[in-house]
Amino acid sequence: MFTARKSRLALAGGAALAAVLVLGGCANSNPLDAPSEDSSSAGDTIVIGSQAYYSNEIIAEIYAQALEGADIKVDRQFNIGQRDAYMPDVESGAIDLFPEYTGNLLEYLDKDATATSPEDVYAALKEALPDGLTALDYAEASDQDTYTVLKSFAEENGLTTIGDLSKVTTPVTIGAAPEFEQRPYGPAAAKEVYGVDLGFSATGPTTLESLLAGEIQVADIYSADPAFQTEDIVALEDPENIILASNVVPIVSSDVADEISDVINAVSKKLTAEELVGLNVQSTVDQKSAEDIAKKWLADNDLS
Amino acid sequence: MNVFTEALAWLFSPDRWEGPYSLPILFGQHMYYTLISVLIAGIIAIPLGWLIGHTGKGREIAVAVSGAARAIPSFGLMVLLVLILGVLRVPEAAIITFVLLAIPSLLAGAYTGLEAIDRRVLDSARSMGMTEWQVFWKVEVPLGLPLLVGGIRAALLQVIATVTIAAYVNLGGLGWPIIQGIPLRKFDQVLGGAILVAVLALIVDLIFALLQHAAVPAGVRAPTTTRRSRAAAAAAPAPATA
Repeated sequence: MFTARKSRLALAGGAALAAVLVLGGCANSNPLDAPSEDSSSAGDTIVIGSQAYYSNEIIAEIYAQALEGADIKVDRQFNIGQRDAYMPDVESGAIDLFPEYTGNLLEYLDKDATATSPEDVYAALKEALPDGLTALDYAEASDQDTYTVLKSFAEENGLTTIGDLSKVTTPVTIGAAPEFEQRPYGPAAAKEVYGVDLGFSATGPTTLESLLAGEIQVADIYSADPAFQTEDIVALEDPENIILASNVVPIVSSDVADEISDVINAVSKKLTAEELVGLNVQSTVDQKSAEDIAKKWLADNDLS
Repeated sequence: MNVFTEALAWLFSPDRWEGPYSLPILFGQHMYYTLISVLIAGIIAIPLGWLIGHTGKGREIAVAVSGAARAIPSFGLMVLLVLILGVLRVPEAAIITFVLLAIPSLLAGAYTGLEAIDRRVLDSARSMGMTEWQVFWKVEVPLGLPLLVGGIRAALLQVIATVTIAAYVNLGGLGWPIIQGIPLRKFDQVLGGAILVAVLALIVDLIFALLQHAAVPAGVRAPTTTRRSRAAAAAAPAPATA
């Protein structure tokens, strides 16, 4: 029988359980919080973040192992997400070091920026960065948009630059992510600067396959894509710099910049465009882990 | 309210009527995929639902399919089918996804419509000498029509809302402003696109609510006379029967 005493006990038990759950939920631990040690004094842990992008994670892991090789403690916070998710923590100093891309970050910080060449973008980025953040040297490696064609198509039509596309007699369509249509380096810019008429197809995730299948003639394949090593494709040159350069650049909190700049700048020096594509091939084709790829690369380049 | 007014400004801007991504073209693409998918799903699901409802067999399968299949993650399925079928078969991959999405509602509408009919009505039809086919077409289908139209309405709404993902694989549709606007961070465009899909869904819902009401057979409709007029009719002298 459910007596009054039993139901009061059940009520008390239920209330106690609820209290435990509520108090447990109150524990406010943000996984992105910097460790409790004072992060502004020298010789303590550097928090490194990365985007939810395998290539960015490899670069971050390279930074991490390079710093560990220089006896600096590292706290890895990888695969956070997009800029909207991680920039607040980078700006606040909760994250000390983040591998970024000059052009894309500049676009994020200053929508009206007009710089497009690697040097101009880097200079504009340094100006646009908020106080408390510094950009170290940028690498030759980039992850930026390209106008890419099949090598056979380039040979048949004698194409080396984007402007050469106007030599093609049949209709030319470029495939890319949907937003490319409205980007300042999209088909409209190709028309205006190079005089090339391009149709647009929002191929998005199937861009590479569509290029290989012949559905499109030009594709926007990002410059660090493993396909540049695994497929017969070539990026057309952009002498007028319509495309926003986006080189790999380490963004650091200003107070730790001096401590780590030597190590990280040495890494950036060796990170060429082919090297980055090679790293990405090891990840996607050979299925190696970021740790293994980073370890091997640092060893091969005498940086560990 | 600022983003909302910007979205309306984007919607009513004259640019929306020009170019390969104009609203009429996007609307046409959206309705094309919706109608083709619901049509194909209907051809598969409605006869099957009628069979299950008429014979009473296979009810458990129908219930399981109607319930569980509604939970298919359509976006994942569409991308998977595009990968499997290849880039030259993207429309087919998308249509298969939307057909699978529409089947549960149509199946449920068809078999519950028939199941809800009073068995005595069917007995009286048979006792009047109707063949099974006549019972089916003249009694069961008309009586099951309101629920079937309800199922079509549910399927259409679900598919209209989901066809927004077709833009992700280059098939256009009213999802295009949303899918292009998010990476560009043009939130007036994103909201404008979302408003369009919502308005379309509401209009279709309204049309089909009216159709559902109209699909109720005349003899089954609830009497519209009021108590007072019925009492007056009863008090009046009954007409002499010939």
